[in-house]
This record gives sequence, C-alpha cells and structure tokens, in this order.
Amino acid sequence: MSYLELQDLHRNFGAVKALNGINIALGEGEFLSLLGPSGCGKTTALRLVAGFDRPDAGGIVVDGREITNVPPNKRDMGMVFQAYSLFPNMNARQNVEFGLRIRGKHKGDGSKRVDDLLELVGLSHAVDRYPHQLSGGMQQRVALARALAIEPRVLLLDEPLSALDAKVRVQLREEIRRIQLELGITTLYVTHDQEEALAISDHVAVMYGGVIEQMGTPAEMYTAPATPFVAEFIGTMNRLDATVLDGTTGEVEHSGLRLQVDAARGRRTGERVLVLIRPESLELEARTDGVPPNSFTGEVLTQTFLGPVTRVKVTGTGTSLIADMSTARAAALPVGAQVVARIPSQGAKLISLPDDGPGLPALDPDDQ
Amino acid sequence: MAPSAFVWLLLAAAYFIVPLYATLDFSLKENKIGTPCCTLSNYSWVLHNGDFWHTIKISFLLAIETIVISLLLFVPTMYFVHLKLPRLRPVIAFMALVPFVVPPIVMVVGLLRTFRGTPNWFYGQPWGFLATAYVILAFPYMFFSLDAGFRSIDVHTLTEASRNLGASWTTTLVRVILPNIRSAALAASFLTLAIVMGEFTIANLAAFHTFPIFLQYVNESQGFPAGALTLLSFLITWGAMLSLLLVGRKRGVRGAVITGAR
Amino acid sequence: MVGAFQDKANHATFSNIHLLFQHPYVDAYWGSLRISVITAVAGSFFGILVAYAAIRDGTPRWIRSVLTTFSGVAANFGGIPLAFAFIATLGPLGVVTTWFRNGGYDLSVRWPQFQLFSERGVELAYMYFQLPLMILVIAPALDGLKREWREAASNLGAKGWQFWRYVGIPVLMPSFLGAFILLFGNAFAAYATAYSLNQGQNIVPILIGNYYTGNVLDNPHLAQALAFGMFVVLAVMMLLYIPLQRRAARWSK
Repeated sequence: MSYLELQDLHRNFGAVKALNGINIALGEGEFLSLLGPSGCGKTTALRLVAGFDRPDAGGIVVDGREITNVPPNKRDMGMVFQAYSLFPNMNARQNVEFGLRIRGKHKGDGSKRVDDLLELVGLSHAVDRYPHQLSGGMQQRVALARALAIEPRVLLLDEPLSALDAKVRVQLREEIRRIQLELGITTLYVTHDQEEALAISDHVAVMYGGVIEQMGTPAEMYTAPATPFVAEFIGTMNRLDATVLDGTTGEVEHSGLRLQVDAARGRRTGERVLVLIRPESLELEARTDGVPPNSFTGEVLTQTFLGPVTRVKVTGTGTSLIADMSTARAAALPVGAQVVARIPSQGAKLISLPDDGPGLPALDPDDQ
Repeated sequence: MAPSAFVWLLLAAAYFIVPLYATLDFSLKENKIGTPCCTLSNYSWVLHNGDFWHTIKISFLLAIETIVISLLLFVPTMYFVHLKLPRLRPVIAFMALVPFVVPPIVMVVGLLRTFRGTPNWFYGQPWGFLATAYVILAFPYMFFSLDAGFRSIDVHTLTEASRNLGASWTTTLVRVILPNIRSAALAASFLTLAIVMGEFTIANLAAFHTFPIFLQYVNESQGFPAGALTLLSFLITWGAMLSLLLVGRKRGVRGAVITGAR
Repeated sequence: MVGAFQDKANHATFSNIHLLFQHPYVDAYWGSLRISVITAVAGSFFGILVAYAAIRDGTPRWIRSVLTTFSGVAANFGGIPLAFAFIATLGPLGVVTTWFRNGGYDLSVRWPQFQLFSERGVELAYMYFQLPLMILVIAPALDGLKREWREAASNLGAKGWQFWRYVGIPVLMPSFLGAFILLFGNAFAAYATAYSLNQGQNIVPILIGNYYTGNVLDNPHLAQALAFGMFVVLAVMMLLYIPLQRRAARWSK
C-alpha cells in the first residue's frame, strides 16, 4: 500500500514540458531520491508535492487523500530548501518553533519537541544563535529540525546539501538518513549528485527531460541501468557501441573487435546494442605475445590516483576504456605501457539501441 | 500581474504624470484665459528674455566653477587618503555626512554668519560666497562617488606600476589614476550640476540672482511662461540625472538624492 | 551657532531660545513637524506599497526598471518647478481643477478645506519627492526578501498575513525605519517648495528665511536661534531613531 502517490503529473512552462507524465508510488517510511541533471524536472515535481505550484494534469495522493488542490499551508509537508531559507530575524530555536507557533502548539509539549529536535540535529549548544551566526551546515540542520517540528506527513528536501563543502556534505547526508530512519518518515529527496542519491536512498528515480528514465533500488540502478542515459548518469561506465553477430553464442562486434558477452544471448542478430562495463570489472595486464580472447589492446594514456584504487585510461583502436585497479597493481602499468584489457563475458550489461537512433543524450559535465 | 499591484502602480503613475502634463498644458496656452490650445509663444518669450539668459549663464558658470574646484580639491585628497592614509577614510566619510544631514536653510544661516565681514569681492559675489557654499553642498556627493571609484581600482598597484616605470606623481595622477576613476568623477560632476542648477534656498537667503530665483520670479508674475520655464528646468534635472544613471550603470548606481533644491 | 545665543548687540543671551517656545515660533515648529511626520508616514507607507507592487513576482520586469529610473530622477524634483507643476494642476486655474469644474464639481466650493496653498496642499506637493525617495531607498530591501522565506512559512502552515506578521515586516523594519527618518529629514529641511507655494506658510524654514532676508523683520539672531532649534529637533529624532533601529536590527549583528 503506497503512502505517497504522484499520478501522471504534467506541468508545462510555455513550450517547455517540465514534467511529462510522472508516476511514483512510495511506501510509508520510505526514502526516494529524485536524481537528474539540472532542468530534468525533479525540482518541479517536488514543488508540486509541496503545493507551491499546481500541475496541468495528474494528481497527488497522500495516505489515500487527494491533495492536488490543497494550498501549501494546509498540506503538512516539511520542506528543506537549498539554502538561505531560515528566517533571518529569528534565532535557531524560534525558527524550529515557527510551525508550532502558527498552530498555537509551541507551549508545553511543543516546547519539549523543539528541544528534542534541536538535540537530534546536534545543535543544543546553538539554540540562541541567529542564522547569520551559523555555518552553512548548521543552518541546514536547523532547517531540517524546523521541517520536522510540525510532524509532517512527508519530508521534502530540495538539494539541501548542494551549497555545502564536500566534507560537511557527506557527514550531513548520513545524519539525514539516520534521522529519517529513526523517525520513520516518508521522504522525497531531490539531488543532482548520483553518489549522494545512491548512498542514502531506499529507491532512486532518475529523471531526464521531464520523465522518469528508471526507478529502482540503488543497487539495481548501479548494476542494471535500463537506459543509456541512466548508464551514463550513474557511476562511471565504459560504453561500447556494438552489433549482435550471433544471438545464440552471444557474440557481438565493436569496431572490428569480436567479443563474447553472455547478456547478448537471445538477442536478435544484427541488433544494435550498447555494451556496458563498469571500470572495476575490467581486467588490465601488461601485454605479452599474443592477444587473449575477449580482449582489447591499447596503451595507457593517463593514470589518476583515487586513493585505494587508481583509475587507468587505456586508448586503442577506435575506443578508449577506463579501468579501476588497486594502486599497487597500477604501478606496474605506467603511462605509455602496452596493455591488454580483458572484457569479462559475465560482467558486461547490455542495452538495446534504436536502430537509427542517436547514441546518447548530451550531458552537462557539471551534473555528474 | 496581481490586481492590487496593478491598481497601486496605476495610481502612482497618475500621481506622477498629471502634474507634468498640467505643466505642459500651461506652457502651451496663450497668455489669456479661454483661448484655445496651442501656441509656442511662451517658449519664445523665455528664449527672448534677457534675464533668462543672464541667470542661466550665472547658474551654469557657477556649476562649472563648483565642479572644477571640487574635483581639484577632492580628487588628489581622496587619492592621497586611499594611498597613504586609509585610516582617515571613515573620518572623512563622517564629515561628508554633515552637509547631508544639516538642512540647507540651517547651513546658509551658519555660512552667512561665518563669512560676514569678508571682503565684498567674496561675500558679495556669487563666484565667491555662493560657490563656496555649493562646494560644501556637493561634498557628500563628490566623496561617495569618488570613494566608490577609488575603491573599485587597485590604487596601490596602479601607482607602484606607474612610479616603477618612471612617471612622476603628477603624471601618475593625471595619466593613470584619473582615467580609471573617470566615470566616478563624471557621475559626481553631473550630480553637482543638478544641485547647482536647482539650488534655491542658499541663493535666496544670500540674495544672489541665479536661475532658480528667476524661475520663482516668473512663477509669481507670469503664469503661462512659467510653465515653459518649469519644463525647461525639469529637463535640466532630468538630463543631469539620466546622464548620471547612464555613467553609473556599470557600477549599479540606482540614483542619488540631491539636497538644496527643495 | 553661537549667534543663536546673542542679542542684536552681540551680547550673550538666552532670550532668543526662550522666544522659540512662544507664539508664533512654537507654532512654526508644530507646523514643520506635522508636515514632516504626515508626509514621511504617507510617503513611506504608499512608497513601500508601490515599490512592492513593482517588485513582486508577476509584475513585468520593465515596469520595475522604469519605476526605479523614474524615481531616481523624481526624488530630485522639488522646489520652484515642483510648486509650479502643482499650481498648474490644482491651482485656481489648474488643469485638474478645470476638469472638475467642467464636470460640474467645483473643488473650491465642495471641498473648501482643501487648498493648494494650505498645509494639506504643501503636503500633497511634498509627496512628489517623498514617494520616489521611499521607492528608491526601500527597493533593495524588498529585493532582499527571499522567495524561500515565503515558501518556507507557507510550508510550515502560515497564512499570507502570518508570513508578514512574523517574517516580512520584522525583516523590513530596520530599512523601513531608516527610510522613514530620511523622509522626515527630507521634508523637515524643505524650503523652496513651500516658499513658492505660500510664503506665509507657518513652518520653520520659511520663518528663518523671512527673518534673514528682512522680508518681515530683520533679526538674524532670531533666525539663528530658529536654525539651532531645527538642529535640535533633528538631533532628537536621531536619538529616538538609533535605539529603535538597534532593537529592530538586533538579529542582524
């Protein structure tokens, strides 16, 4: 039984279709991230749920009650904004108290609740400070406590971490998840950061061009992207444009190279497909005489040190591939070394491409 | 647009436009009641009036004199303060607020008393007493405009670069610093022009015949030509203020409010 | 300022200051205060409404830039030309007066208490520079009201008026007080407009002018005392303003 439902939501701004039929069903206490590049419609969807905007078509249901046309101040939704949403004339405590004050419940139990929430977000020591005396991370903690104070039916977060430093971002996202689990509150979280979405969600919905490309658990999204866009957007992925040579053996061809891919079994011969290989499943070794089967030869172009692993970029005929390997092993493959990259027949995924369609949608590099 | 917003904007527009329209209407009327519109005779009356040319010349020359004295006085001072004595800046900023806060009517009373007994070539001439008063009146505008100009450039680096290449202090000031604060100096000059061309209080109390005094005289005595003259004076203020906005646009100047004319 | 405490023979005296508290001088101060307070209240109230109407979401951008540019210019209208514009509008032969008369409604008969040359008339004319000054000064503060605050308030259950009561007005208050004091000083110092409309107007700047130029009675020391009194009034206003401002803005320090 789903608790929050978005039913076929449409919203146009002039000629732009910001939302073109969004369907989401979220169970009570679940955490869903809407993930996508800027302009994909994720914030529009959130604002429709909050009631700041109305859909052109479709409906929103919470706990079996249709709320599509309920004004925002009657919806009981707690929202955390990107930044600067704290009332500057109130200190941390007064900000958290605001929703209860409006409801006339800020005395007694309400007052206790405010104290508890401030403690929950770790700000008991700063209750008297005004917003400009708080750091960005502390401000967002207050904003979270403020949204939770009214015991909202759904918690909405609109890129709450995007204005913060990398380190604070990671720390705070874990706390948001901890608090969400502790309170068991149904949560809708908007972000453009795929790592963030994968790290804290029960479900992730990747949006692009006003529609949901794919929805699933973080593991599903990572291991089995359903569309080229999702494959590109989530994690780093090697993509090989290929044609199925033999649907029974699973043999495909990519720029003159014949590869055996298990996932291609049962495909129609001559079908255009995209072979997807995660960098960590590519095996790289120094080239010796002879080329082993299912592999690609090339030269190490760059090495990027990422701590425990090193990302190695290999370029060869018509293609370049990225492989992640332990830093120790990467040391044996300096830039310029001739290498062989073995493509595992089981680790690769496959996505069908339209026969005449384009390859992939262009992505803004900032959004990755 | 929200309906209430529309109503408020419409009311404001009417309040602002009707008096301007009425002035235009007056300026086009024959100097007799009841004759139909329209005639340019009021404008021709103004343009053929000797006093008009005489007073507007005095006011304009006064404005030029005030601008020149102020720039000569304040540009090197502000340069020096920014370069060598940044601690003095708040003190000058405070001093600049004084002519802004003290009503002109109070200021003129003080000035007339202070300068009483000075020789007639100063006390009795607009070029002496009145110009001095206007330099004081223009001081806040000069200061805040020039200060913004100096703050937007790196005075130290520019000076060091110029001195390093062998330029003298004068050359540095005139050839390097001045071109870089040109728009600030221009803005200050337009403001000063608007102030001097419209200033009535001090001129009236010190009994000098400037353009606003002539305007008041015509207002009292000649109803319809006064309309033409009023529009003309509006145009001068408009021109100066719009030029100011134009020069200041890059620096985000929204406008300034001058004293003395009210 | 020393002159305020001297008599005609330059002997030290408090008699000039003492005179300020008597008829007709004290009346002139009341007149000045009335005009300044009324035009500052009306100017800041209507000014903020008009500025908000131009700035709020939904109003086309060009209206806002026209209004701010116009305000930048109109805040500097004043004095003799402004007085004439109002004479041409609402004087006995004024355009609006004529419209009403032709429409069978004689303003001077139906509404005798309104006279352009009276205190109300002077106030109406002053509004022509008070209103744009307010718009100019308050526009940046209105711009500073973030959309997130309104949305957050509404999200937390607040109705429109509750947003203004708890957030909007408290946040604007410091700027509003500052603008109000500016408008007060602006009207208090004005001389030329009132002079041109009615030289017998009983306000302090006119009295000073009259005593100084000897139109009525040549007494520079009394004029100096009157000027000193204006200075004191402004100083008192500042003393009232500073703690109020500090209280209103305590959250921003």
